[in-house]
Amino acid sequence: MLRDITLGQYYPADSVIHALDPRTKLFGTLLFIISVFSFDGLLGFGVITLFMFGIIYMSKVPLSFMVRGLKAIVILLLIAGALNLFLTPGQPLVSLWKIVITKEGVKNATLMTVRMIYLIMGTSVMTLTTTPNQLTDGLEKSLRPLSKIHVPVHEIAMMMSIALRFIPILIEETDKIMKAQMARGADFESGGLIKKAKNMVPLLVPLFVSAFRRANDLALAMEARCYVGGDGRTKMKPLVYQKRDLGGYAVVVIYFVIVILIKTLL
Amino acid sequence: MGIVEAKNLVHEYITRDEEGNVEGIQVALDHLDLSVEPGQFIAVLGHNGSGKSTFAKHINALLTPSEGTLIVDGMDVNDDELVYDIRQRAGMVFQNPDNQIIASVVQEDVGFGPENLGVPTEQIWERVERSLKSVGMWKYREHSPNKLSGGQKQRVAIAGVMAMEPKCIILDEPTAMLDPDGRKEVLQAVHKLNKEKGVTIILITHYMEEVVDADYVYVMDQGKVVMEGNPRGIFSQVDALQEHRLDVPQITALAHELKNSGLPIPDGILTRQELIDALTKIK
Repeated sequence: MLRDITLGQYYPADSVIHALDPRTKLFGTLLFIISVFSFDGLLGFGVITLFMFGIIYMSKVPLSFMVRGLKAIVILLLIAGALNLFLTPGQPLVSLWKIVITKEGVKNATLMTVRMIYLIMGTSVMTLTTTPNQLTDGLEKSLRPLSKIHVPVHEIAMMMSIALRFIPILIEETDKIMKAQMARGADFESGGLIKKAKNMVPLLVPLFVSAFRRANDLALAMEARCYVGGDGRTKMKPLVYQKRDLGGYAVVVIYFVIVILIKTLL
Repeated sequence: MGIVEAKNLVHEYITRDEEGNVEGIQVALDHLDLSVEPGQFIAVLGHNGSGKSTFAKHINALLTPSEGTLIVDGMDVNDDELVYDIRQRAGMVFQNPDNQIIASVVQEDVGFGPENLGVPTEQIWERVERSLKSVGMWKYREHSPNKLSGGQKQRVAIAGVMAMEPKCIILDEPTAMLDPDGRKEVLQAVHKLNKEKGVTIILITHYMEEVVDADYVYVMDQGKVVMEGNPRGIFSQVDALQEHRLDVPQITALAHELKNSGLPIPDGILTRQELIDALTKIK
């Protein structure tokens, strides 16, 4: 049951987007997010839509994978949309008993929903085309300047990749402990929220104990293989910019400038 | 000069209470003397708590002696500056295969050691290829460790150590968590490395069957070496082994019982074939 959860939703395919350096994709995603939250008007919307669906087409990832990401936030979308729709003051459009829908409300609600949908779809292009390891490598290298002000960038990246490695192991272990406790009469299903939370204790205690034991073992194994932190380390797969990354940066920057121009000029 | 030389090695685990006062001292290694020649396949036997794992961690400088000296490939483990040279020279494979694989792709995990040593990128790839091939895991290089069997994971761990080009590998109960098939494949891989690459192997175990092919065997109990010799010599002393809470291989035990009940069979029978030969010789 628990094992079906896939984390790091990488979709393997042979596309230009997949081949891009993770730093290029991180930068592109950042600019895309900013553009989504700053566009205004139909023309801006058109440019963003064109750009996003163009990239999705190029990534060779089926559109249904991006839409799947939206399922998780349907409720959030509905609530945000409804709040905007009903609670924005302004020129009344429809009024039914005490509920008043204003013109501004319609506009805000649409804008909010579209922005959130695009945000999820746009960022999922990055997570679908980049392996978790590439992502951590990209983050480590992009944030390297921060280590000058004593931010432990390498350590954070190392922790992230180790966490990713151990998620499936810990999930499997949770499954095992759950079954063992259920065999001895533990009940994880019935009762209200508080009772359910209380019932989790016999699951969480052994899980934590085992996680700490694993961490201890792993630290020992890393030390035995001469790990001393980021200094003096070489990389098996160093990140090197290719020609296509230059193109990637150019496309993203041009796109961003267009969106900003539309916003300021129109 | 041996590759591992322990002289008078003592290690004490000290437990302290909350104020830091000494509560108790447990002697894990008690004036241990041991010497391993380069290229040998050494087995260290002992039941749980005999101090064998503590000894293993000393060879890799993960623990330092309370007293006495331990020289690994000419370097003293007490010398703080040599710690990383020692760890490169003497690699260590642990018991739990899941808890020693760091990366989420096989080949990246094997590259972890060389990365730490600062080996240039192209050479890392060469080393990874060589060491994965030496344990027969090359075709799994792109796999996730989670999809591998226990024996395969343990071979990846051995490849990870081999990529650091050590002179000596210490395996601390590498098969304790594996099924019989996994055990066999790990042992085959280790023997192959010993024979073909000349790597010194120190195998720490409590499975007697794994010791049969070793060049020399040490039996530990209560932090001391209580018996040593070649496997045949050790296994001919069935009663002494049982005193140290160790079981002999089934076939040896059977031969021992047969001998005790009066059949003229020699001591120290290790394989089924030897027993058959000995039995057919009886007229």
